[in-house]
Amino acid sequence: MGTTASQLRKDLLSEYQELTFLTKQEIILAHKRFSELLSKEDRNVPTPRVPMEKVLSLPELKSNPFRKRICHVFSTSDMKDGSLTFEDFLDLLSAFSDSATLEIKSHYAFRIFDFDDDGTLDGGDLEKLVNCLTGETDDTRLTTEEMRQLISNILEESDIDKDGTVNLSEFQHVISRSPDFVSSFKIVL
Amino acid sequence: MAYSVDFNLRPIMELELESLRGDDTAQDSMTGAGLESGSPETLEMEVLTTEGRDRLASQMSDVRERADERSEESIQTNLLARKSWSTATLRVLSSMPSRSIGQQSRLEIISQCNIRSTQLRRYHRQTQDVSLSSRPSIRGYGIEADSEDVCEEETKRQELVNNLQSLSAGDRVRMLRATPLSLAEKTKLRKLVFSDKVGQSLLSSQVPCCSLLKRALYHIWFGCLFILSSLQLWQVALKRLGGRFGTGVLSYFLFIRTLLLFNVFLFLINGLFLVLPQAIHPPLHTPSSHRVTGLELFTGTGYLSNSLMFYGYYTNSTINTSCRPDKATAGTGCGTTSDPHMMAYNIPLAYCFTIGITFFITGIVLVYSMSKSFERSFRVFKSQGNMAIKVFCSWDFKVSKKMSVRLQSENITTQLKELLSEVKGGEEEKGRLSGMAVHLLAWSISLGSTFFCALGIHCFAKYMHLRRLEHAEGEVSVVHEARLLALPGVVSCGNLLLPGLFNLVSWMENFNSPIVRLYVSIFRNLLLKVSILGVLCYHWLGKIAAEPEQHGLQCWESFVGQELYRFLLVDFIFTVLYTVFGEFIWKRFSQGVLRRRRKPVFDIARNVLELIYGQTLTWLGLLFTPLLPAVQILKLLLLFHMKKSSLLVNCQASRKPWRASQMSTLFISLLCFPSFLGATVSVTYTIWTIKPSSGCGPFRNLPFMFHSGKQWAQELKSTNPKLAWLNWVHSCLVENPLFLFLLAGVFLMVIYIHTQVLEGQRKIISLLQEQIENEGKDKKFLITSLQAIHEKRQYPLSPSSRPQPQGSEVSDPDCAVFISVRNRKMFSNRKRKC
Repeated sequence: MGTTASQLRKDLLSEYQELTFLTKQEIILAHKRFSELLSKEDRNVPTPRVPMEKVLSLPELKSNPFRKRICHVFSTSDMKDGSLTFEDFLDLLSAFSDSATLEIKSHYAFRIFDFDDDGTLDGGDLEKLVNCLTGETDDTRLTTEEMRQLISNILEESDIDKDGTVNLSEFQHVISRSPDFVSSFKIVL
Repeated sequence: MAYSVDFNLRPIMELELESLRGDDTAQDSMTGAGLESGSPETLEMEVLTTEGRDRLASQMSDVRERADERSEESIQTNLLARKSWSTATLRVLSSMPSRSIGQQSRLEIISQCNIRSTQLRRYHRQTQDVSLSSRPSIRGYGIEADSEDVCEEETKRQELVNNLQSLSAGDRVRMLRATPLSLAEKTKLRKLVFSDKVGQSLLSSQVPCCSLLKRALYHIWFGCLFILSSLQLWQVALKRLGGRFGTGVLSYFLFIRTLLLFNVFLFLINGLFLVLPQAIHPPLHTPSSHRVTGLELFTGTGYLSNSLMFYGYYTNSTINTSCRPDKATAGTGCGTTSDPHMMAYNIPLAYCFTIGITFFITGIVLVYSMSKSFERSFRVFKSQGNMAIKVFCSWDFKVSKKMSVRLQSENITTQLKELLSEVKGGEEEKGRLSGMAVHLLAWSISLGSTFFCALGIHCFAKYMHLRRLEHAEGEVSVVHEARLLALPGVVSCGNLLLPGLFNLVSWMENFNSPIVRLYVSIFRNLLLKVSILGVLCYHWLGKIAAEPEQHGLQCWESFVGQELYRFLLVDFIFTVLYTVFGEFIWKRFSQGVLRRRRKPVFDIARNVLELIYGQTLTWLGLLFTPLLPAVQILKLLLLFHMKKSSLLVNCQASRKPWRASQMSTLFISLLCFPSFLGATVSVTYTIWTIKPSSGCGPFRNLPFMFHSGKQWAQELKSTNPKLAWLNWVHSCLVENPLFLFLLAGVFLMVIYIHTQVLEGQRKIISLLQEQIENEGKDKKFLITSLQAIHEKRQYPLSPSSRPQPQGSEVSDPDCAVFISVRNRKMFSNRKRKC
């Protein structure tokens, strides 16, 4: 990140502007919000890392059922603990920004929905996805029978090569049929 | 058949044995690691169609027999989801390129980037695709990549850097931005790309001039966008609303913002070119004695009628900067026109041209945004199955409040359950009654009420005019002035009450889907508003403008302008009353008396149609009241804040699904077609065919309004013969209908060609889907054959099994080459063609 928490270097700012889909103001705002998440000791570390619990305390992510997956997907930590550096945070905001392309959004959406990180959405992933969508409480969850039928319908519709899983290309193909995806896959600080 | 299978798989067979020696414990740990594609117990799916099953059955009969002995559900379960795969099969499955995504697979992403960057350079290297098939590394296992893989990654990276360097600067930036790598990786790549040449000098030295110009234009364009985006009107409020109510309600407020921008544009142009010059050089008016009561603000009469607000104030003279304008005579003012330093500003010409250019630019912007919106929301496939789309795309990540998140979850659950039950039972959305007769009744009620409303307004307007004529001799009383507000009041009442009636009527009807219900309700509301506006336009332009003396009017344009001003204001007042009484009191009533737990829902369609109606009035009134956009701006600002507060206090998010982008396309096309087109048609009609009044306004002595332009063109011809071709161009293009016919014919041909192209693309897509399905079957067949061979080796059931050969030196990854080559070929085929 460079220098103290209060200032972002101009060359870094322009580099980030070129490499992400964020505008200058958005990057500055992100820097401000990120610095607020840092504890006092971390501020003087060259590339500080915010633990996942702190990131999940952001109001934009607090109630999102996919918040843990989002942190894991964008985290570059070796310990796979979901902690984010500032650059990871910018990656996150860039993928969720207004001007990100459909390709980027669908790529990251796929990775977020791939709960077991095996590169495809199989039945287990789809089941976890539907459970996240329908909520935590028991009365909103689908019954086992409904879940089974739903997953088989989804695979029938989206699995083109009929291998029982949805890979990235098939996922992107489904996404391209929905015009609402780009506008709903957005988080703004 | 089996023979050929064995032959093809012989190298794999032999190499497999090498990996199988003493590997049983490893196999258990591997399968326990959760790398299989799902447990068969929960997924009893019929993946294969009967035809596919037959095809595979004929080829793999012996395999299935063996599998049947082990588990009963082998036919039912997904053939690739079995738990008991061998190690090598699992490795093959996990390293398939279609599954390699994630942080470990930078290689794959960089390779894809390579493909895209070479395609950008329009250099189709066939070798590029085939070279992807070399030595896949074992990902997803946490096993360190071989040194060969690291080298390969480096070469790929170097290739990518070379490709990027050969692109133009703009393309390079766009490619880097669109790559799904982490920011740290991208920074490294960027440094490599810019390391050889000094970044800035590349941009300035070797670049040809036209590309410099392009760069300059880009800078200007992005500068403008930056300024516009930094204005960011109402950003915080919109975020709060989106977070609580979702994308549907947010689109209403975004629509208000769009209309506000349109009106600001109208106001600036009109203000700069029309109002300002006239305000600086005010004409001489006889001061009239008007008592100043507050009512003038609502009726637009009194001292306002002789102000800049209305048409009647504007003179028909040319303003010269050095002397006072002359009101009495037409034509030029005092002073000699041959003086080159004097700026002559011809007000009638400016009036005509400003209005014309405003409408033209607004039309272009509207059509452009409509086409962009349509492009975003158009779907090539009209598929019935929406479940995958619903599951993958319906979560709105903007929603951040806990309550709203819970509501969204409930929404989605309801929709999924509805879809599932539809698939099972095929039920329609039930209304109270059913049948064609009910539909006919509903339509006849709606159309009948619309017709009677329009007729009533027409008669009432005539009656009001007669009443007004009775008091036509300068008698100015407050009651008389207030009576002017009666017609707008009646129209607004009709606008408020009839949609309620339409809602009631559609409640008893029975529709195929909620979206059809919504479209029908929008159509009925639209029909109501169009007919009301049509009647009013006929009344003003057809009756009043044709015989102004009969209606006792000196200046009919000012009168029409005042009417429109009154309509706009009264509409706003009624909206405020409806919001306060309708939403607030209804909420109290429903919660207190009816004891409903849920608050009322914000009716998006109805509110958007109200906005469109208001904007139509503004456009209609622009010719007669140049300052009407200012009134509309104030109204929109107040409306935004009022609706926002009312929403936050009284309403809650809707439970019904709202297809935001289809709806915004619909609304912007409604704004363009009936609303803007209607306004343009009436303004054009006014300018072209109606005689302006002779007592007031800038066109007072001309037979038609556009004659000011014609006069100017003729003057131009006489003073400056070089510009005579402008006149010729005008008469050829605009007044000659043949040119317009030709243009329309060309457009129709272009549209036809595009639809044919679309049909062709649909056919290609269905063919490709079949091909992919076949490749998938091949893949499954090969994997299961691989597994079958392994099982035959491991559990030899027949005494005629071959003796185990000695180990060979070929290493494990090579054995997967055959399968991975096929996979990569499939993958690259798909990429190339799709």
